[in-house]
Amino acid sequence: MKSSVITFPGSNCDRDMDVALTKFGFKNKMVWHNDQELPKSDLIVLPGGFSYGDYLRCGSMASKSKIMHSVINFAKSGGLVMGICNGFQILVESGLVPGVLLRNKYLQFVCKNVHVKVDNKENTFFKNLDKKVLEFHIAHNEGNYFCTSDQLKEIEDNNQIAIYYCDQNGNTNDQINPNGSIKNIAGIFNKEKNILGMMPHPERMIDESLSGEDGSIFFRNLFNNIK
Amino acid sequence: MVVNEKIAVEHGLKSDEYKKICKLLKRTPNITELGIFSAMWNEHCSYKSSRIHLKKLPTKGKKVIQGPGENAGVIDVDDGDAIVFKIESHNHPSFIEPYQGAATGVGGIMRDVFTMGARPIANLNSIHFGSPQNKKTKNLLRGVVHGIGGYGNCMGVPTVGGQTSFDSSYNGNILVNAMTLGLVKRNKIFYSKAAGLNKPVIYVGSKTGRDGIHGASMASASFDDKIEEKKPTVQVGDPFTEKLLLEACLELMAGDSIIAIQDMGAAGLTSSSIEMASKGNLGIEINLNKVPCRETKMTPYEIMLSESQERMLIILESGKEDLAKKIFDKWNLDFAVIGKTTNTKNIELFFDQKQVAKIPVNTLVENSPMYDRKWKKSKLPKKIKYDRSKLKNLKIKETLKKILSSPNICSKEWIWQQYDHTVMGDTIQKPGGDSGVVRIHGTDKAVAATVDSSATYCWAHPLTGGKQVVCETWRNLISVGAKPIAITNCLNFGSPEKEENMGEFVECVQGIGEACKYLEYPVVSGNVSFYNQTKEIGIKPTPAIGGVGLIKNYKKMITMNFKNTGNQVLVIGKTEGHIDQSLFARTVLNEKNGPPPEVNLFNEKNNGETLLNLIDRNYIKSAHDVSLGGIITAISKMCIKGNKGIELKIPKFLINETEYFFAEDQGRYIIEVSLEDLKNVTKILDKNSVHYDQIGKIIDKDLIINQKTKVTIDELKSYNTNWLKDYMV
Repeated sequence: MKSSVITFPGSNCDRDMDVALTKFGFKNKMVWHNDQELPKSDLIVLPGGFSYGDYLRCGSMASKSKIMHSVINFAKSGGLVMGICNGFQILVESGLVPGVLLRNKYLQFVCKNVHVKVDNKENTFFKNLDKKVLEFHIAHNEGNYFCTSDQLKEIEDNNQIAIYYCDQNGNTNDQINPNGSIKNIAGIFNKEKNILGMMPHPERMIDESLSGEDGSIFFRNLFNNIK
Repeated sequence: MVVNEKIAVEHGLKSDEYKKICKLLKRTPNITELGIFSAMWNEHCSYKSSRIHLKKLPTKGKKVIQGPGENAGVIDVDDGDAIVFKIESHNHPSFIEPYQGAATGVGGIMRDVFTMGARPIANLNSIHFGSPQNKKTKNLLRGVVHGIGGYGNCMGVPTVGGQTSFDSSYNGNILVNAMTLGLVKRNKIFYSKAAGLNKPVIYVGSKTGRDGIHGASMASASFDDKIEEKKPTVQVGDPFTEKLLLEACLELMAGDSIIAIQDMGAAGLTSSSIEMASKGNLGIEINLNKVPCRETKMTPYEIMLSESQERMLIILESGKEDLAKKIFDKWNLDFAVIGKTTNTKNIELFFDQKQVAKIPVNTLVENSPMYDRKWKKSKLPKKIKYDRSKLKNLKIKETLKKILSSPNICSKEWIWQQYDHTVMGDTIQKPGGDSGVVRIHGTDKAVAATVDSSATYCWAHPLTGGKQVVCETWRNLISVGAKPIAITNCLNFGSPEKEENMGEFVECVQGIGEACKYLEYPVVSGNVSFYNQTKEIGIKPTPAIGGVGLIKNYKKMITMNFKNTGNQVLVIGKTEGHIDQSLFARTVLNEKNGPPPEVNLFNEKNNGETLLNLIDRNYIKSAHDVSLGGIITAISKMCIKGNKGIELKIPKFLINETEYFFAEDQGRYIIEVSLEDLKNVTKILDKNSVHYDQIGKIIDKDLIINQKTKVTIDELKSYNTNWLKDYMV
């Protein structure tokens, strides 16, 4: 299985993602933002970081970079695209997934382990996952997901919510919401569910010495689903 | 503008220093030249009050690749890998403008590290604020934390450890010390020594603006009432550009184009160009019209003294300009050939086809002033007298609550959750433990790092305090299973022109030196920050020590959380009941006097090495050093982290229970061992003559003392975690 990770100026989780994808069997390539064409890939990943310093708005300048034309075409023709953290922000700014990501409710960067509930397993990203609650890690300043009530209705009607922040038993409530996201949303799909944007970083949870191992479960499952 | 003594004094030079300049030049300097002298001769850049004492520190060792004198120190961590590290202060700017001051402090120290070819892999910091009741404290803390996070997070370097303290002596002068560790192959280290004639001098990175002019001079003076006016001397950081600069420099460094490289930190283009020329015993010629400027009509004076961030000066092999330019173009960074190396041993500056400065390099460096300032020796204070019978009336639970929730002990989670501590995917011990630990990417090795200071002890008796801080970092490294290798120090003091403050400096340095020598734990880099003083009031002497150690197999790393019910808990090291200068004395007895706990270097070394031996044999399930707050504080934290309880039974001692629990005797650790291993462990401890007390066993819940006092883990947690969170609301 082939994957590509895009490096924008200011990306800083590109290497971590490369390490994770490679560890779980992907043949990964790093792609420079200024390239025009994507290598042949089964999965494109927009990694975390601070593309263009998060200036203007997180992800907005990266969404206009050269490679994004190809990424958008790839996504629109059904290719699998995953945006993590800043990558999620880029997806939002590109219009590939609905909504916006506001500054965290408490106006602070937040870095910690969180639990997320996987609701929808009818998609390539989470199909066959044998856990309902995963422990992931977040590290962001602008992860407060927001959309209009019409959009929310549409998202819910189409089962586009991928993961919710929850407690370890899978209960969602305001108390465990780390950033103020509407409905505790931590990640969403596009309508067709070939594009996933999420704030948590599964690539930081890929062996027992790190914060946890649920990232391994996620990547292993993803690889098997694409295979 | 014609230069005279008055202008020189306004530049922070002393009258006799100005006279010395005229004598060295055999003429009056022009304004640009005066600016250059003032930048090079201020305390911050010249170490004129400290050099004579710093020379006495032990800086050599089997593992030392590079000691002080370069951008950062370098140590060997086997297999061709090396760790580059340094700590640096950004105190003055952080008080004036906390966000930018702290941010650029972090940016500056990371540049020092990647200048040497190393990719930064961990950041730490030591930050100190005034009393929580001081009206400025909250905003300063918030700004500093945001600044550190804002820069470090964007760079994608994990912040894995640190230290925060509150003390009224910092009311007018906060401290912000930032430390960075980088990883490099030992055969790919870059230095700042220029070599070769007519080699191109390259400017890369951000453009030069008017920010930070006189920053280094500002940091070499005490504060007064007009401190707000100093805002323009604070630099403005752009971590995004620095991230690009990092990647571009490392890309260029992969080849063999670079002869020497130096970041433009304090005193900007001035100190970077002069340091490179001085180390190479060469001259340097710069055409200032070629320097990329952010603003129009910048004068030579401004260009030379700007402290705009994210800039580097490189001396390149001739003919490599195009190759280098291509890399910097790719990363959208400025690249300009601004001059060349010469054999004149002068720094010569040109602007609009005219020579605007010509100064022999040695006058700026070797001939810079060096003072053997007067200093006053401190006496060891007398032990305090307190009514021991009163201790019996103290309720241990109430006392524990007071201690655990005190600002200097409480959990700093509110702070470190704002720092990305897991990026790079190698953080195996997060902030909140004894040391931060990151793996050396792709290997079985890991590096542990900690930063500590004990201003109260140093204030009470600088010599003992200096030793103690070094020992505390040593213990913090050992507690995670790392073999301590070397330290970096950030020496924060008041005005060296006051005998008391100078005495504190001299004796702290002496203490640091003694401990480092005995523990074979050399100093490889550091920084001095004097004039942490507002009018006549200086800070408590605060040497911050950053210790670095190696774990050969990261799977053997130790954490402090209690692991298994039924395991035995031991205190390693002897508890004499030293209460003077303890947190208990200050918070409960309201007693500020007395000597700090004695440091016995033999015991430190013996206890530490024995514990490392036990860790190596896999006997240790958890470990934590005993420091501020004593045994019971250390144990409480182990309970909180492990979500386990403990049944404590105090061995019958001559000292009473309260003293046993809260005393701050040195050289101690708490360890957890299984029942099966207990015999083997005590055998080794006995064999090495290490004192130990067997004080309890781990239970499922609650901290229980002598079957009388019971504290639930939730209570412990709430004592410990709430204060800072509530304070910052």
